[in-house]
Amino acid sequence: MDGNIKSKWDELIQPGLVHGSLYYDEAIFKEEVEKIWFRTWVYIGHESEIPNKNDFVTKSIGPMPVLMVRDSNGDIQLLLNRCPHRGNAVCVQEKGNRARFTCPYHSWTFSNTGDLINYAFPEGYKGTDKSQLGLGKVTRVTNYRGFIFGSMAAEGPTLEEHLGGAKRCLDQLCDNSPTGEIEISAGFLQHRTRANWKFILENECDGYHPAFVHSSIFSVSDSAIGDLYGNEAVAVTRSFGYGHVEVDPRPEFRRRDAPLSWFGTTAERLPDYVKQMEENYGPDRARQIMIDGTPHTMIFPNLFIAEIQIFVIQPVSANESIQHSTAIQFKGAPDINRRLRQQTMGSVGPAGFLLADDTEMYERNQRGLEIRQPEYLYLKRGEHRERRDEDGYLIAHSTDDMPSREIWKHYRQMMEAK
Amino acid sequence: MNDAAEIAGPDILKEWVGQPRVYEKSFNPELYHEVQQFIFREARLQDIHDYDAWEALWTDDALYWVPANGTDTDPERQMSLIYDNRSRIALRIRQLKTGRRHSQTPPSQLARVISNFEFLKSDSDDIRVMCNAQIFETNLRGDTMWASRNEYTLRRVEGELKIAYKKVVLINNNKAIYTLSFLV
Ligand code: FES
Ligand SMILES: [Fe+2]
Repeated sequence: MDGNIKSKWDELIQPGLVHGSLYYDEAIFKEEVEKIWFRTWVYIGHESEIPNKNDFVTKSIGPMPVLMVRDSNGDIQLLLNRCPHRGNAVCVQEKGNRARFTCPYHSWTFSNTGDLINYAFPEGYKGTDKSQLGLGKVTRVTNYRGFIFGSMAAEGPTLEEHLGGAKRCLDQLCDNSPTGEIEISAGFLQHRTRANWKFILENECDGYHPAFVHSSIFSVSDSAIGDLYGNEAVAVTRSFGYGHVEVDPRPEFRRRDAPLSWFGTTAERLPDYVKQMEENYGPDRARQIMIDGTPHTMIFPNLFIAEIQIFVIQPVSANESIQHSTAIQFKGAPDINRRLRQQTMGSVGPAGFLLADDTEMYERNQRGLEIRQPEYLYLKRGEHRERRDEDGYLIAHSTDDMPSREIWKHYRQMMEAK
Repeated sequence: MNDAAEIAGPDILKEWVGQPRVYEKSFNPELYHEVQQFIFREARLQDIHDYDAWEALWTDDALYWVPANGTDTDPERQMSLIYDNRSRIALRIRQLKTGRRHSQTPPSQLARVISNFEFLKSDSDDIRVMCNAQIFETNLRGDTMWASRNEYTLRRVEGELKIAYKKVVLINNNKAIYTLSFLV
């Protein structure tokens, strides 16, 4: 055998270079669905979206819809919305509250734990084992601090192993709530874009673009985000492995040493929130939490925690994706929650001051790849200044391409796995 | 005089606009004409991206609301596509005018048709009117059709009609939609 024959992935993904076809080839997209979306842990939704027994909401794993249900016992189930009979949808509502799902085609009825309860005209199924005819389910389900993740693979790392160092970011987020809990209760903006999902993923921790893509809004508002991504910025990017990356602005906020500066406000303007924080964490810890603020972390492959909002990235096809975005709400903290919603509504979604323009960029990138030269995208910015932090994680300047390189490293491992 | 029950619209009206609304049965044709002309002018200013002239149509206490996920959401609790008070309308316009609002550089080419005007009952001097809009947009991405039911509260300020409230209910606002960065 010739040891020099390279795998397809050696060709497509090289250090700091990725081939354009990775973003538009439908065959590669199909392979990603099998090897990434149906294998790894995927963020599904938050438990607060289905607070009551029998609540359900439609979510997804890659292009496949998933029903996230709080069943009649109060447990969370991830059911597949496909009738085991001939494949009809057992539920066509996006969300609601019901204990049973009846398929409209031949009236098979399922409990919200997914079990087949009965079928119409049962005489025709004499001797049939009903227990084998329940709804399909997402194979593994794990709840971390209210965040529900699912994996279609029976085997593989546990969710905690998969999250690794990125778990700190979920903790950091929840700690900013005086009750230690967040809620996803404001409904999602659903933003469709004619671009590959990986352009969205890479953009989330791309600190190189804000100064240019968002200069329009930075120049007419008093947003302080711009400072985090300048040439002089002290914020860093970090990779946790497994494709999880963050922009960590804490060095900048610690330099400022002012609680709630991360949120562009002051302790005096949110007195109730500050009081609750101090009561629950003690003054010192509360002060540190409020200086550090919330994370800016992309959890591979689809959950982006963007300081005050979350984005859930849903791939539709090689050339089409949906960004679902909503404000994070801190349980029991109404005075900050209104500002979180107002700021989120201004920034994200189809009409948002920020995301409309990010999305315009992905779409132009996608069309750009129709032009076949040069064949590769260039992701080498800051290669020479990568370094390790005290925990051994790779860090780089906030404007460097390191997060993209790390996403592609993990992507390649997943795609090469048998 | 008719009582409210008699002139109440069908239930579908509540579904359309999210609030119990009552159509005005009789009205002044001159006012009807004036209101139509005003809203046609607003549509033209939006289509040609005359940002300053459009911004000048609003009252100081204006509210510009484009809900998401249905018609009867509570904008104080739920996410909306747009939920702008007067100062956020001004910010939206300032961003567009930088020339670096990339999703509007080059600007969308637009033609909209506004129709089906009907007055709603109003318990003040404010004029309340419903209409439908259909907008054809073409931009770098391609062609997109938008359709909405619009509800206005208009007010006469120093003799001129102004917009105090505009709610734009996109017919497909429960689905994933493309970028919407022109003035809707
Ligand atoms: S397809 Fe569902 S009952 Fe026949
Ligand atoms: Fe951005």
